[in-house]
Amino acid sequence: MKRLLSILLCFVSLSAFANEPAAEASKGEGFNPGEMILEHIGDSHEWHLATLGEGEHATHVSVPLPIIAYQPTKGLSMFSGGQLAHGHSHNGLKLEEDKLVAEDGSKVYDFSITKNTASLLFSAALMLIVFTAVARGYKKNHGRAPSGLQSFFEPVIIFIRDEIARKNIGPKYERYMPYLLTAFFFIWFNNLLGLMPGAANLSGNIAVTLVLALMTLVITLASSNKNYWAHIFATPGVPKPLLPIMIVVEFLGIFTKPFSLMIRLFANITAGHIVVLSFISLVFIFKSWAVAPVTLAFGLFINILELLVAILQAFIFTLLTAMYIGAP
Amino acid sequence: MPAFLNPELGLIFWQLVIFLLVLFLLGKFAWRPILLSLKEREDTIDNALRMADQAKIEMQQLKAGNEKLLADARHERDRMMQEATVMANQHRDAEKARATDEANRIITQAREAIQQEKNAALAEVKNTAAKLSVDIAERILRRELAEPAAQTQLVDSYLKDVKLN
Repeated sequence: MKRLLSILLCFVSLSAFANEPAAEASKGEGFNPGEMILEHIGDSHEWHLATLGEGEHATHVSVPLPIIAYQPTKGLSMFSGGQLAHGHSHNGLKLEEDKLVAEDGSKVYDFSITKNTASLLFSAALMLIVFTAVARGYKKNHGRAPSGLQSFFEPVIIFIRDEIARKNIGPKYERYMPYLLTAFFFIWFNNLLGLMPGAANLSGNIAVTLVLALMTLVITLASSNKNYWAHIFATPGVPKPLLPIMIVVEFLGIFTKPFSLMIRLFANITAGHIVVLSFISLVFIFKSWAVAPVTLAFGLFINILELLVAILQAFIFTLLTAMYIGAP
Repeated sequence: MPAFLNPELGLIFWQLVIFLLVLFLLGKFAWRPILLSLKEREDTIDNALRMADQAKIEMQQLKAGNEKLLADARHERDRMMQEATVMANQHRDAEKARATDEANRIITQAREAIQQEKNAALAEVKNTAAKLSVDIAERILRRELAEPAAQTQLVDSYLKDVKLN
């Protein structure tokens, strides 16, 4: 696994270089780093891999993704995203600035398998494969020492169980283990996958972190007891005259806690991507090879930092979730 | 508001569906068996350690028991040895006493026998002497009748013949 990580790291540092000229070229007139960066951290209806050639003759190498749209008037429609390439329209739908709209201006609910959704599916499959393999390891090595993938993930799983769940939730921690483990590995895996060349910025997408934070909120509320609400509406140790203020503050706290979870993960991962991309953009802004060593050094440094941030954010999200669940 | 700050419905939907699906599948096929195995293994290790501790205590108890047994055995042996010595001594003393008694008895018997023999011998001597006296007297009486000188000579010769054995 260590070797795997180092290989991954190599790719990560290479990736940016491979992609950037394409971004510049596709714009035709000059290089706009802001646009390039936003394009990279955003979602898309196609998986863009590379652009060969420049300007008018540029060939875009991209994988078309399925478009799934629901229109209240027409119902569900499903077709390949390739049909909408180069501003074409299909079935009354077209892409405007990579946003799916109906030609007649009616409402469209876009359930397309975008780049992020595809990445999500991939990471879900990866997690299922990895962790069922780990589970198989326990069956195979029953009563013996763990081996392979199992021995890599076991300390992490035990850490989450002992240091995060048991410490913060208490004796009833077992019920929450599946969510904590899934959330931790989902965030970690997607953070790492997001650092891969040409990959989607899934865990840095606010929709994803929104859903994760909402789940934490739902679980916190579902597991809340009398004590939890007593802490909100009659915070112990607070003088009576202060209670009206405290109730408002504590009540808002119910929502600000998951909100902070959402923003923290989204901002950390997105910011990391932006910083890496910014350093790489320097080469094209200065149009000089001289800045390449600086770019390389800083890009590499931030990339390594991002590897740390990847697991750190997964840890923080899981830890805070456990703390919210375990709060009295 | 920039597009990347705007959560999109499609991704929210897919994230919700896929995450819940992953949560369910992993919960059923990965986390449950993994956590159960971990718990089982920890329990096994815990039990093994506890059993080892118990075995150690038992060993110590056994060792103490053995030592006590050994000490008891040693004690018993000493006691038996002592007893045996005492008995042997007693036996020897008794035997000695018996032997002394026997010896004394034999000596006494011997003495008695000697005394008897002596008495018998003395009686015989007395008898023989009396008989001889009578004999001699008879012969003297007979000779005196003939010759007094010869008579004395004869007594002398007779006396010579008589041997007081």
